[in-house]
Amino acid sequence: MPGFPHAMPFAGFIGGLMIGVAAAIMLLGNGRIAGVSGMFARVLGLSEGGAPWMMALLFTAGLPLGAALAAANVDVEARFPTSLGLIAVAGLIVGIGTRLGAGCTSGHGVCGLSRLSPRSIVATGTFMATGIATVTLMRLAGVVS
Amino acid sequence: MRQSLLSLVSGTLFGAGLAVSGMIDPARVRAFLDVAGAWDPTLAFVMAGAILPMAIAWLIVRRRAAPILAEQFHTPATSPIDARLIAGAALFGIGWSLVGLCPGPAIAALAIKPAPALLFIAAMALGAAIHRFALTPRRSA
Repeated sequence: MPGFPHAMPFAGFIGGLMIGVAAAIMLLGNGRIAGVSGMFARVLGLSEGGAPWMMALLFTAGLPLGAALAAANVDVEARFPTSLGLIAVAGLIVGIGTRLGAGCTSGHGVCGLSRLSPRSIVATGTFMATGIATVTLMRLAGVVS
Repeated sequence: MRQSLLSLVSGTLFGAGLAVSGMIDPARVRAFLDVAGAWDPTLAFVMAGAILPMAIAWLIVRRRAAPILAEQFHTPATSPIDARLIAGAALFGIGWSLVGLCPGPAIAALAIKPAPALLFIAAMALGAAIHRFALTPRRSA
């Protein structure tokens, strides 16, 4: 892509379609939102209500299964930072934040934005803004993740 | 049974889509948030691709009384916008940006880089437990 040598617009769009069709299958078939933070909390028994446990478990288990199937056919990268402390702190904040805000990139971002849900539009705008602000502040402070 | 099987199909396709789109790669996702650095717009194309079929799905939902395999749609309320929503989303954005990982890609990445993915997921579980036991208002009887 001109100006952005590392961007993958085509693969990104195709993969995005797969994600959207997966969420549509969940909604039209089971009547449920394919929100990963909610499903994950349900699997752990940490949510009130939500999808039936087996449904949440199989959706969650499908995520690495699908990634493995994709990796068997195309190149799949997963570049993590080296700091284990940073990974743990990030996971902790994501765990609290997604439950408090009742959703993440899948529930609010994909399922909510496509529904034009006011809550999801506000949530997505907020997590994009604080995400960009954090990365920019880290860059200004010279902290490399 | 059929609902559970469909969940597995949905999760598997979702995970494959995350991998194909590059969203399982924390460095790439973080680069989308790095607007002052080497910005990578890939995530915007992923969102566009994902929202398209879901927008059609929501139009179909409006014309149906029930989903294909269940008695009713369980769709969350779209309002009100409260302090918990804003505070939670703000926190999530900070945690997301530190590494470039949100819940879906973290769980999917178990298949690619199991050790760091598991660490992130364990910390995420602890965060969800803290929310459940310390930040959830008790229901009045």
